[in-house]
Amino acid sequence: MLRLFKKILTTGVVTEPVKAPKDDELEQLGIKIKSHIDRKFSGSIAIRQVDAGSCNGCELEIHALNNPFYDIERFGIHFVASPRHADVLLVTGPVSRHMQTALLRTYEATPNPKWVIAAGDCAACGGEFGVSYASCGAVANVIPVDMVIPGCPPTPLVLMKGLLGLMRK
Amino acid sequence: MHAPNWKADFLKQTDEAGIMVEQLAIGPADLWQIASDDWQRFAQLALQHNLRWAAGWAEQARDWFLINACFEREGRYILLRTRVHNPKPELPSQATVYPAASRSERHTQDMFGVNFAGHPDNRPWTRHKAWPKTRYPLRKDFPVQGEPEAVTPPDRDYPFVKAYGAGVYEIPVGPVHAGIIEPGHFRFQAVGETILNLEERLGYVHKGIEKIAEGRTPEQLARLASRVSGDTTVGHCWAACLAMERAAGIEIPPRAALIRGILAERERVANHLGDMGAICNDVGFAFAHMQFARLRELWLRCNEQLFGHRLLMDRIVPGGVDCDVSEQAGIAIKRGIYQLKVELGEVLPALDLNSSLEDRLYTAGLLPEAIAAAFGALGFVGRASGQDFDVRRDAPYAPYDRLTVKVPVETQADIASRFWVRYKEISVALKLIGQFIDLLSPGDLRSAWKTPEAGREGLGIVEGWRGEIITYIRFDAGNTIARCYPRDPSLLNWPVLEKLVLDNIVPDFPVCNKSVNGSYSGHDL
Ligand code: SF4
Repeated sequence: MLRLFKKILTTGVVTEPVKAPKDDELEQLGIKIKSHIDRKFSGSIAIRQVDAGSCNGCELEIHALNNPFYDIERFGIHFVASPRHADVLLVTGPVSRHMQTALLRTYEATPNPKWVIAAGDCAACGGEFGVSYASCGAVANVIPVDMVIPGCPPTPLVLMKGLLGLMRK
Repeated sequence: MHAPNWKADFLKQTDEAGIMVEQLAIGPADLWQIASDDWQRFAQLALQHNLRWAAGWAEQARDWFLINACFEREGRYILLRTRVHNPKPELPSQATVYPAASRSERHTQDMFGVNFAGHPDNRPWTRHKAWPKTRYPLRKDFPVQGEPEAVTPPDRDYPFVKAYGAGVYEIPVGPVHAGIIEPGHFRFQAVGETILNLEERLGYVHKGIEKIAEGRTPEQLARLASRVSGDTTVGHCWAACLAMERAAGIEIPPRAALIRGILAERERVANHLGDMGAICNDVGFAFAHMQFARLRELWLRCNEQLFGHRLLMDRIVPGGVDCDVSEQAGIAIKRGIYQLKVELGEVLPALDLNSSLEDRLYTAGLLPEAIAAAFGALGFVGRASGQDFDVRRDAPYAPYDRLTVKVPVETQADIASRFWVRYKEISVALKLIGQFIDLLSPGDLRSAWKTPEAGREGLGIVEGWRGEIITYIRFDAGNTIARCYPRDPSLLNWPVLEKLVLDNIVPDFPVCNKSVNGSYSGHDL
C-alpha cells in the first residue's frame, strides 16, 4: 500500500491546461452548433458514445480523453452509459448497415434537445469504407448531424477542442 | 524441438488414406491441392498429426470456387486448397473436426454461398439483414453497392440457444454497450449470478472490407488494411504488404524491415499498456487504471512526435515504410524505453502486492490448456494457457529472423495469467525495439514496386499484438487486387471467451472479456 501512495505522490498532477478553441479553429472543425446550446445544457454535457461501425481507432482516442492528461470531466463533459441520460451522441465509424437500426434507436432514445457529433473521417464522410452493400457511409446519411470532428482518428486534443466548442459561452 | 520431417510423415499418411495431394508452394507455405471430397478426411488426419487449423477462406474463379484452409505445426504452414463447382458448390465441413473452423465456414457460407455439408451449426454468421439469404456479396456478380433497403432491419430472428429450468434466466446485452467499446451482442443464460452459457452474436460492424478491397491498387489496399482493426493498424498493414510483396516478388530493404519491427513492437506495448489498465479498471482498481493510461499516453505522444501518428497508421507501405528513425529519434526511443521500465518497476510491485486485485484476477476466467488448443487460441490468450507459439520465433520473417525472440508462456490460464503474459511481452518488446535500433544501418526505406502478373498470390503471416495475423492476397491484371482476406487473431479468440466465462459470475464478464480483448472490427470485416 505504501508503494501505491508513494507512486501517486511522485506522479503528481499531470493534467494539462487546454486553451479554449478560437473561432477559426472551430470553423476548421466544421462546427455548426445552434447558438443556444449553452443555455440548454448549463455548462455540462452528458455524452453517449456510439460505435456505428468504426475500426476502433476512433474509440481508442475517445478513451484517451479520460486519461489524466486530458481529464475531460473537469470541463463538465462526461460519458454516460445510456442514451436516455445523454445530451449528445458521439458517433464514430461509417454506419454499417448492420448497425443502422441500432443507431436509429439510440437516436430516438436520446431525449430532446439533443446533438449529434460525427467523430472521425469515416463518420464525417464514410472515410476509407464509403457507401456499399454493407456500409451506409457518413453518419449524416442515417441521422441528422450537428457537428463534425475530422481526423483518422481525431487526436484527443482535436476531440477535446471540438467538445469544448460545443459548450462555448 | 523441430521435427523437420513431419510433413513427409504426414504426406505418407494421406497417401495411405488414398488422398491425392498435389504439391505446390506459395510464400512461406506449402500449397497442397486435394479433391473436395477429401476435405474433411484431410482435416481428420491433420488433427491426428497435431496440426493447428489457422485460417479458412474462399475465392471465386469463374465457374469454380477455390476453398482454402491454412494449417500450421512447429512454424510450418500448409495451405490446403480444393475446387468446387458452381452452381451447387458443396464440400464436407472441417468444423466437425476443428471447432476453430466453425465461424470461418459460416462466414464463407454467407459470403459465397458455398455449402459445408455436415456443419454442426448452420445458422448465418456474418449475414444479418443487409442482404438476402439468396445473395452472396463476395461472388463476382454481386455489385459492391448491393441492393440495400433504405433502413436495414434488425436481425431479430437469430435462433439463440435457450436454457430452461427453474431459476434460469436470459440476459441480452448489446449491440450498443454501456462503455466506449465496439458493438456486438452477448446472450447470457444464467442462474443466480452464475453464467450457464454465453453466446456471442457478432457481425454488427461488417463493413464489406473484403469486397471493397477488390480492384484497389497496392497503396490503396495498404490503407484499407491499416483500418481493418484500428488498434492493430501496424499488424494488419504489415501482413497485407508482406502478402503483396511476396506476390510481386519484392524484398524490402533491411532498414525498412527493422523500422517495421520497431513500429510493430511499439504497437504491442501501447495496446498491452491499455489492456492492463482496462483490466484493472474492470475490477475497480483506479490507481492502476490511471497509471497505465498515463504511460500509454506518453508512449503515444512519442509515436506522434517521431512517426507523425499516434497509432502509427499508414507508416507501412507496399515495398517498405513511409517514415524513418534518425539517430536522434533512436536515442529518444531508448530514453522512452528506459523511462517506461523505471515506471513499470514502480507500478507493478504495487499491483503484485495488492490482495484485492489478486482476489479478483486469480482463478477467474479460466481457459484450460486443452480448450485453448482445441480452439487454436492465439497470442497472449493462447500463451497464458500453455500454447507455446509465436510467429516471430517459430516462422520468423524480417527483421525477426536476425535475432532471438523470447516467448513468455504461462499455464495458470486465468485472467491474472493473461495480465502477466502481457507484462512480460512488454519487456520482450522493449528489448527488441532497442536491438532493432542498434541494427539500423544506412539504406533505402522502400523498394521499387514491380507489377505482379495477373493471378499471382501471396500469404503474409505476422505476429500482431493479439497474435498471428494471416492475410491472403491475389492480384488481378493491371496491379489491382483480385482477392484479399485478412484473418485477425480475434476470429479464433472470440470463441474461447464463450468457454472461459462459464461458471464465472455475470458481473465478472467485463473483466473476462477485457482479458481476451477480441477485435470486433477485425472479426466482422
Ligand atoms: S476515422 Fe479512421 S480511426 Fe476512425 S473509424 Fe474511420 S478508419 Fe478508423
